Amino acid sequence: MNPVATPFFFYFLAITAIVSAIAVITRRNPVHAALSLIVTLLSLAGFYLMLYAPFVAAVQIVLYAGGIMVLFLFVIMLVNLEQNIREYQFNKQWIVATIAALALGGLLAFVYRTGRGVFPSAFYQSYRGLEGDNTQQIGIWLYGNYMLPFEIASLLLLVAIVGAVVMAKKRI
Amino acid sequence: MIEYIKGYLSSGTTPGEAGNLFWATVYILLVIAGVSVAVLCMNWLERKILAHMQIRLGPMRVGPHGLLQPFADALKLLIKEDIIPHDADKLVFWSAPVVVTMTAFTTFLVVPFGRTHAVTDMNIGVLFMLGVSSLGVLGIIMAGWSSNSHYPLMGSLRSSAQMVSYEIAMGLAIVSAVLMTSLQTGTGTLSMIGIVESQASQHTWFIFKFFPLGFLAFAVFAIAMVAETNRAPFDLPEAESELVAGFHTEYSGFRWSLFFLAEYSAMLAVSSIAVTLWLGGWMRPFPNLLGGPTWDMAFSFLPALTFFVLAAGCFLGTIRMPKIPQFRIQTIGLGTFGALLGFVGLVLLVPAVSVRIQDIYWFVVKVAFFMYLYIWYRGTFPRYRFDQLMKVGWKVLLPTGLGVLIATALWGLMPQLSAALTGVLQ
Repeated sequence: MNPVATPFFFYFLAITAIVSAIAVITRRNPVHAALSLIVTLLSLAGFYLMLYAPFVAAVQIVLYAGGIMVLFLFVIMLVNLEQNIREYQFNKQWIVATIAALALGGLLAFVYRTGRGVFPSAFYQSYRGLEGDNTQQIGIWLYGNYMLPFEIASLLLLVAIVGAVVMAKKRI
Repeated sequence: MIEYIKGYLSSGTTPGEAGNLFWATVYILLVIAGVSVAVLCMNWLERKILAHMQIRLGPMRVGPHGLLQPFADALKLLIKEDIIPHDADKLVFWSAPVVVTMTAFTTFLVVPFGRTHAVTDMNIGVLFMLGVSSLGVLGIIMAGWSSNSHYPLMGSLRSSAQMVSYEIAMGLAIVSAVLMTSLQTGTGTLSMIGIVESQASQHTWFIFKFFPLGFLAFAVFAIAMVAETNRAPFDLPEAESELVAGFHTEYSGFRWSLFFLAEYSAMLAVSSIAVTLWLGGWMRPFPNLLGGPTWDMAFSFLPALTFFVLAAGCFLGTIRMPKIPQFRIQTIGLGTFGALLGFVGLVLLVPAVSVRIQDIYWFVVKVAFFMYLYIWYRGTFPRYRFDQLMKVGWKVLLPTGLGVLIATALWGLMPQLSAALTGVLQ
């Protein structure tokens, strides 16, 4: 099946992602910022779909938009918002932040310029066949070649969970 | 154009796979209409069945036996005043019901009502449904927060805590069903149609597979799905004795009815996940025990029979109607409705129709069973306290789900394991 209106969806998702990402840092109300972040994450999920990676897109929705952001909102709603909105929003790190952002942007531009050959036009022609069994391929690679890194990552998460429990409980 | 439309009919796949935009649109419209009608029916049935469980009559005034009550309610909700609280966060308040309804309807994209009767088949079907329905909780949180009022906020806090904790048990139960799909072919699948087809090729519904493991996974899912949809006995987010109406306290009129619609279509969606994963989706019951063309024939009459029974019920009501002029319109209306149902039954007897409608019929019957369970729970179980809710989720369902998952994996590997063991022993 041929993709439908690819340029339209690309620009639509790109504009949504950028506008909502800007809203994340400019909104004074933290709940609005969190909701904009959800929109950004969802449009990123759309990009993964366009790159023929449905599993990554679904995981992006389940974990980030559905799981982590719900917890985020959960915490934000318990914070005293009125005080937050009145407070001065930016701390004194904007010089460092600008340099970091410029460096990241420069890196992206560099990668885009030098690695043009491997980007979409060449990329998705060869990966087309894998769309049908994307999930299976990821499973085989994760539990085959990348078994050790995968287990280490899960161990890291386990340590984080235990740490959170230890810090939250007064007496264990 | 006509070639394009006709071309799909012989393809034997879903419109999404065939890439046919026209039929995809038709299917989407049909699914939306079907779900809305199902919600209307559920509204009436729930009130009627609950009433009879509590030895009451339920709605009786609008139409014969209150049959027109859902329409009257819908009309009332449409013309009610639409109030947005003064201190509410307008944009979020406005978009919350939209988010809830959109996510609830989007999940139906991948629900397989039959081999060809789904909008599309995705490689990530189950994950897609889980992900999109987990976005629904965002709408509930938005509604609760933006109302800028205490009860809704409490309701949405409870809702998010509940959903996050029950989603894990739900996911584990689903993974153990997905593991079962890999038994014959070696690679499992997340596609809804693929899951039903693997049940067909293994000649068993997954609820009976590896007894009692399949059943345990199903039970975990069946409990978690009630909690996921905020229904009794897990309806803490809208506990009316504690929180007025929970997260939608400040909503009125049409916006409120969107929440209602979304809640019921979310119930339909999770029930159809359960039906697809464990109850064989669109397959008819007893394909092994009562197999063969004769039984196929017998089972193909059941859809028509259902409608004839419903029609007979209507005619019985028509006869029992009081014979006074005030009831004449009701009597005529009920008779016409019965005749309509009978006509639908007759249409379903046509072989060409009954072959195509069978899948949908069995799927809908199984989902209807779950919807009845929902009503039954609501009529019989007292509401959980919040700590009990958390205890059930984290200390009962989660360990059970994990245990079932590990046991399923081991049982599935049994041939390889025993071969390895005998190899070592010799």
